[in-house]
Amino acid sequence: MTESRDPRTGEPVPDMCVDDPADAVGAPDPHSDSTLSTISKATYFKEAALRNLFLLCACVAVAGVGLIFLFVGLKGWPIFAKVGIWQFLTGAKWYPTKEFFGILPLIVNSLLAMVGALVLGAPLAIGTAVFLSEVASPKLRELVRPAVELLAGIPSVVYGFFGLVLLRPIIARLFGGLGFGLFTVWLILAVMILPTIAALTEDALRSVPEGIREASYAMGATKWQTIWRVLLPAAKIGIIDAIILGMGRAIGETMAVVMVAGNARVIPDGIFKPFLTLTTVIVMDMPYASGDHRTALFGVAIILFIISMAFVAAIRVISRFGKEMS
Amino acid sequence: MQSRERMDKRITNGIALGVIWLAALATVGALGTILLYVVVNGIGQLTPAFIFGWPHGVNMDGGIWPTIQATLYVTALAMLITTPIAVLAAVYLAEYAVQGRLVSTIRFAADSLASVPSIVMGLFGLSLFVEGIGMGFSVLAAALALSFLLLPIIVRTTEESIRAVPKYIRWGSYGLGASKWQTVSRIVLPSALPRITTGVILAAGRAAGETAVVIYTMGTMINAPVSPLDPGRTMPVHLMLMAQEGINMPAAYGTALLLVLMVLGFNLTARYIGRRNRRMQG
Amino acid sequence: MSDKLASHFMAPKAGPAHDHGDKFKVEKLDFFYGKFNALTDITVDIKRHAVTAFIGPSGCGKSTFLRCLNRMNDLIPGTRVEGKITLDGNDIYAPGVDPVDLRRRVGMIFQQPNPFPMSIYDNVAYGPKLHGVRKKSELDGIVEESLKRANVWKEVKDIMGRGGLTLSGGQQQRLCIARVLAVEPEVLLMDEPCSAIDPTSVQKVEDLMAELKDRITIVIVTHNMQQAARVSDYTAFFLQELAGEPAHLIEYDRTASLFTTPKDRRTEDYITGRFG
Repeated sequence: MTESRDPRTGEPVPDMCVDDPADAVGAPDPHSDSTLSTISKATYFKEAALRNLFLLCACVAVAGVGLIFLFVGLKGWPIFAKVGIWQFLTGAKWYPTKEFFGILPLIVNSLLAMVGALVLGAPLAIGTAVFLSEVASPKLRELVRPAVELLAGIPSVVYGFFGLVLLRPIIARLFGGLGFGLFTVWLILAVMILPTIAALTEDALRSVPEGIREASYAMGATKWQTIWRVLLPAAKIGIIDAIILGMGRAIGETMAVVMVAGNARVIPDGIFKPFLTLTTVIVMDMPYASGDHRTALFGVAIILFIISMAFVAAIRVISRFGKEMS
Repeated sequence: MQSRERMDKRITNGIALGVIWLAALATVGALGTILLYVVVNGIGQLTPAFIFGWPHGVNMDGGIWPTIQATLYVTALAMLITTPIAVLAAVYLAEYAVQGRLVSTIRFAADSLASVPSIVMGLFGLSLFVEGIGMGFSVLAAALALSFLLLPIIVRTTEESIRAVPKYIRWGSYGLGASKWQTVSRIVLPSALPRITTGVILAAGRAAGETAVVIYTMGTMINAPVSPLDPGRTMPVHLMLMAQEGINMPAAYGTALLLVLMVLGFNLTARYIGRRNRRMQG
Repeated sequence: MSDKLASHFMAPKAGPAHDHGDKFKVEKLDFFYGKFNALTDITVDIKRHAVTAFIGPSGCGKSTFLRCLNRMNDLIPGTRVEGKITLDGNDIYAPGVDPVDLRRRVGMIFQQPNPFPMSIYDNVAYGPKLHGVRKKSELDGIVEESLKRANVWKEVKDIMGRGGLTLSGGQQQRLCIARVLAVEPEVLLMDEPCSAIDPTSVQKVEDLMAELKDRITIVIVTHNMQQAARVSDYTAFFLQELAGEPAHLIEYDRTASLFTTPKDRRTEDYITGRFG
C-alpha cells in the first residue's frame, strides 16, 4: 500500500482508492460501456422520415400557390390567348357581352380606390401606432391596442354592411347622389387597412432601440421632434412594409367594396359616382357569366393574384435593401 | 431669440401630439361607432327564436339557425384540416430548416397565400374543389379553400411561438441525451402550446367571417349541413345577401350582431388564454 | 513562492495523489465559430473519477471547450472542430457516432438553472422516460435516488408535484443535477454551475461533487479560483492573450501543484489576481 504526502504539510494522506484496480492507469472504466454507440439505421431513418414529413407540410404552401396558378390561371388562359394579354390589360372597354374584354378601367378604379384609402388610412394608422408606441401610458395602451386588434378581426362583410346602412345615407344627404362611389369606398377601406398598417408600424417603432430615444431627448429634443426626425426615419423600412401590405389589402378587398361602390361599369366621373373594380367585377358578373365571359373573369382573378404577389415581392426586396443599407 | 425657438418647439410639439391623440381617438371611435351601431340595431333581434329558428318565406323571416350551423361547421372543419399541417410546417421552419433557397421559396409562397384576395381564393375553390374534383357546393370544398387561406396565418403564429421557447430549455433536454424530435415534442411544443392555441383561435375567427371564399364553394342555399358534402349558407353570406336585397333589414342587423359577437368571442378567448399563460410563466 | 501563493486560498482538500485513468483524451483540438478560431492546439487528458477544473478569464473559451466534450456545439450552426477527442479510447467525432447517446453518457449542467416548465417529479423523470423506462415504481425509485444524490431530496420530497420553476435558484440547480443523474451519466460537465445561486446551495453542490466523483468523472468550468482549489483534483488554465486570437491551454496539472507551484508565469499572474 503506497502512501503519499500532502505536498504542503508533509503529512501522510490516506490513499483510499489505490487498491481499486479500476482506477489504475490504463484500466477500463468499470462504470462505462466501452464503446460509443453509432446511430442505428432505424433511428436515422426515423429522424429523416420525421424531417421529411415536416418539410412536406411546409411545402403545402408552395403547392397552394402552384395550384392557384393551375386552377385559376389555366382557366383564365384562353382569354389571354384569344384577346392578347396586352389588349386585355390595356383595353378601355369592359363589355363582355359585346366581346370587349379590356380591364384598364377596372385597374384604374382599383388603383383610385387604393390610393384614396391609403391617403386617408395610412396617416391615421401611423398616428395610432405612434400613439401606442410613444405617447400612450401603459393603461391607455391596454385600451387602444385591443381596439386595433378588434378592428382587424371584424369581417369585411360587416364593414360593408356598416358602410351600406350608415355611411351611404349620410353621404347621400350631405353630397347628393345615392351615396355610393369612391368617397364611401375610401372611408370604409381606410378603416379596414388601418389595423394592418398600425400593427406593423407599431412593431417597427418598438424595434428601434431605446437608446436612440434617450440620445435624442438628451439633446433637448421634444417628443415630437424625436418622433419626426429620429424614430420614424429609423423605422422607415418597417413603415413602408406596412403601407405596402395595406395597399395589397385595399386592392384585394371585395365584399366591403361591392356593398358600397355602386358597381356601374364606367370610370367614374366623380367621387360620388358608382364604379366597378377588379374585385367587384368578378362578384357582379360571375352569377350569370358563361363561356368567354367566365374565362375572362378567371383572367381577372389571376391578374389580381399576380398583383398581390408583386406586393409581397416588393416588400421582400425593400426589406432586403433596407437591411443592406443599415 | 432662444426662447422664441423654444416656444416654437413647444407649440409644434403640442400640436403634433394633439394630432396623434386625435388619430388614436379616431381609431377607437371608428371601432366604437361600428360596434355600437350594430349592437343597438341588432340587439332587439337576439331572441331564442331568431337564433334557433329557421328562416321562412320570401322575406327570410324567422331565424337564422341554419346559417349558424353552417358557419360553425365550416370553421371547425377548416381548422381541423389546416392546424396539423400548419403546426408541422412551422416546426420544420423553426427547428429543422436551414437558410437557403428552399426556405426562401416556402416563405414567399406562404406570404403570397396570406395576401391572396379572398375572391381569388373563392374562384380557386370553385375551380378545383367544386368543379374539378366534383364535390359540388359543400362544406368540405369551402373548408379546403379556407385552409389554404388560414395556413400561412397559423404557420406564422406557431413559428413565433416555437421560437419564443428559450434556447437554454432546449439545451437542457439535449444535454440529457434527447433527440431533436423528442425535444420538440416533449418540451418545445408543450411550452409553446398556449401561444399556438391563441393563434389558432384567432385564425378561426378569420375563417368564420370569410365571405368571398365561402360563397363560391359552399353556395347560397339555406341548409343546415350535416355531411361535409352538404351545401349551406354561412352567416356572412346571409348578411351580404340580405343587405343587398334590403327586404329584411332587422334580420340583417341581427345576423351582423351575431357574427360580430362570434368573432369577438374568438378574439377575447384568444386574449384570455394569452394573458393566463403569461401570468403562469411569471 | 509557494508560501506567498499558499496564503491566497484555502487548503485544498486532501485527495488521492495517484494517477487516475484517462476518461477523455483531447489531442490538438482546434475549434471554429464559422471563420473565427476560438480555441487552438488544446491537448489534455481528463482523468476519470476525479474533478477537473477549467479556470481562466471570462470569455476565453472554457465553456466552448466544455461543450466540445459532449458535442453540444453541434447544435450551434456554423461551428467546426479539428483534432481529436476520445472517450474511453473512442473518437467522439468519428462519422456515424450518435451524439444523442453521447450526451446521455456525458451530462451537462448549465450556468443558468434551466428546469423544464413541469413538476419536480416530471423534471427528473424526463430523462429515464426518454430512454424507455415506463413502470411507475421504477421511475419513482430513480427519481428519489437522483434527488438524494443531488442533495435536494429532503427539501422537495413533499412538493414533488409543484412546478420546477417555483424553487429557489440553488434548489433549481440541484434539481437540474438530479435530472442529469437520473440518466446515469459517466461524466458530468458543469458550466459555472454555482455562479447564479446562493452560497448555501453552492456548499451543497460542492459537497455532492465530492460524493459523486467516486463513480462519475466531473469537469467544472469556474471563474472562482477558490472553488477550483477546493473541489478539484486537476486544474487546467485557459487564456486568450489578445482579443480576436484563439485561446490556448496554458497549463494543466494536479490542482495542488498548479496552485502552489505554477510552471507558467501567466498562470501565476492569474491565480494571484494580477488580471482577469
